[in-house]
Amino acid sequence: MQLKHDPSVSSYYVNDALYQELVDSFSDWQRDELAIEDASERDLFRRLIEREARLLDQLRFDEWLAMYAPEFIYWVPGTPEAGDPRREIAVSFDDRRRMEDRIYRLRTGYAWSQAPKSRTVRMISNVEVFAAGQSAIRMVRSNYLVGEFRVDGTRFLSGWCGHRFVRAGETWQIRVRQVNLIDCDQNLRNPSIII
Amino acid sequence: MLERLNAPPARAESIAERYDWDGLVQEDRVHRLIYTDPAIFELEMTHIFGAVWVYLGHESQIPNNDDFITVRLGLRPIILLRDSNGKIRALFNRCTHRGTTLCRKDRGSARFFQCPYHGWSFLNTGKLRAVPWPDGYACDFKDAKYNVAQVPRVESYRGFIFATLNPAAPALLEYLGAIAKPIDEWLDRQPGGKIAVCEANRLRYKGNWKLAYDNSGDGYHVVFSHRSLLEMENRQADVANKGMSYYKGSPDNAPMYMAYMGHGHHFKDKRPAIEKRPGGLWAVEGPHPGMEHYAQSLRQRFGTKAEEILDLASSEPVNINVFPNFSLLGNHIQVFEPISVAETNVTWYGTAVVDEEGVLGGAVEEINALRMRTQEQFPNFGEVDDLANFEEIQRGLGCLEDEWVYMHRGLGIPGRVRTGEDGIITAPATDEAFMREYIKEWKRLMKASPNLAVQREP
Repeated sequence: MQLKHDPSVSSYYVNDALYQELVDSFSDWQRDELAIEDASERDLFRRLIEREARLLDQLRFDEWLAMYAPEFIYWVPGTPEAGDPRREIAVSFDDRRRMEDRIYRLRTGYAWSQAPKSRTVRMISNVEVFAAGQSAIRMVRSNYLVGEFRVDGTRFLSGWCGHRFVRAGETWQIRVRQVNLIDCDQNLRNPSIII
Repeated sequence: MLERLNAPPARAESIAERYDWDGLVQEDRVHRLIYTDPAIFELEMTHIFGAVWVYLGHESQIPNNDDFITVRLGLRPIILLRDSNGKIRALFNRCTHRGTTLCRKDRGSARFFQCPYHGWSFLNTGKLRAVPWPDGYACDFKDAKYNVAQVPRVESYRGFIFATLNPAAPALLEYLGAIAKPIDEWLDRQPGGKIAVCEANRLRYKGNWKLAYDNSGDGYHVVFSHRSLLEMENRQADVANKGMSYYKGSPDNAPMYMAYMGHGHHFKDKRPAIEKRPGGLWAVEGPHPGMEHYAQSLRQRFGTKAEEILDLASSEPVNINVFPNFSLLGNHIQVFEPISVAETNVTWYGTAVVDEEGVLGGAVEEINALRMRTQEQFPNFGEVDDLANFEEIQRGLGCLEDEWVYMHRGLGIPGRVRTGEDGIITAPATDEAFMREYIKEWKRLMKASPNLAVQREP
């Protein structure tokens, strides 16, 4: 599909409809009756999420970004209930351009919060796949533990992710990744990695 | 009624006498100990975070009677609330029986608080409500000493709630003094002169709280500490004037300036660096999610009036710093919260536009959707680098024998730092004059002998 505006350059897709899609699609979606039982399908999404974790650990951002839909959202809510990002500050809320800005900044060599860079290892577990009305959309819940070493010690960031996958031809792309830190409403030390 | 303290906390007298304060805080430099010494930190918790007006919260966080939030005054856990009669109070979050905290929630609504440990309960005025099995006590529970202790002086200025344990402190408005004017201007650019707090970017660093306050008016660090941010937000710009680009080149010759306004407060005014016209602020706003869509949509609906609406989503180029823990910058309320001598919370509360009178013609939701995203930018891409540098200062100060930290930029250059008839001291944007002045005030307070008190309902 040809987009009218290049989402790396301008941001037209972050509009009321998108915000409403976020609020609606991330409410009440982890329902037992929607859980996908088919083992091969669950394995497909588990492998996608594990690959994503590896690419982030290895700072292979270009390959990582290629897993995402052209118009995507990376959303780290600031409250456990996630809330409505139109009315609340989030820990992070990136569209494609802002995420590319984020990566650009990390690569300047002058992002002091990441100079030296963190070394990370992501552990992904408890992967569950849920149907979401259309066969071309899947919602995936996974738990994560990120071991992060930087300068003076190792710490763990933990929480769970909600991935909204959309089918793109033969493959699946990430339309939204909601990263829910268990301590998202607390004061966080140096949250400068892409979680 | 005010309650005199039996034993002043924090071994204050002996700590205060242990130091030669004039030796630690000199004209051009300060000793590393003021950032590293746990005993000095302990004294600060009474002489600063106790003796002066300290920011606790915003009225929009407790809009209705019985609403509360839990905060801190220095290290003291506080329930900041609007009682059942509408009065704003700052209760010590501490049961009078055994000292247990009464409330463990961040926010909520409650007419009374029951201690989870032995079941004593207190009205939200602080008055003791009931004690289980009172027959087991010979005392008179009507004695005021069983009511929850509270901060004796709590005052608001246009929604900002401050409190002090010092009965001898001046009135809040007098304490704010000249800095009240920039606060007014910051509020008056909002419709109805009002804002509402809407969650926060909450950060923490391993360093002394004063490193953040030192930085709050520092124009010298911008192009170095925030180099990655400036490069990032201008990477696709036709004209590289986005964000704080006005610090590039020769910032001291730019029309922006810093002003020291007394009582430790200072003001960095960067507004003269921005073209003064509707849309002037919006024109230098860096990229953020939804920017092009909402700008187009508002311009289609409102024509030229859209520009001033868009300015509301843009960062106001000021740093209004009220000693010791409150700062208005961009559209944020920034609060500094000491945790220990080498650990500090820095919370960037977001603010939303509240358009009660409907002057925005229904654009309030859209402008807030933009304003949330502009406010997330600096904490994500700027503040994290400052905090990394503060942590590295704290680490550098581990060099015990290299004792001094300098703040003498602009000192001794004739005509550079000016004192006006109103006592306001002004200097170029990169001067450290404000640092020297506020730390003098800090020294005065650390030498003083404040008599702190709590209050209880009669």
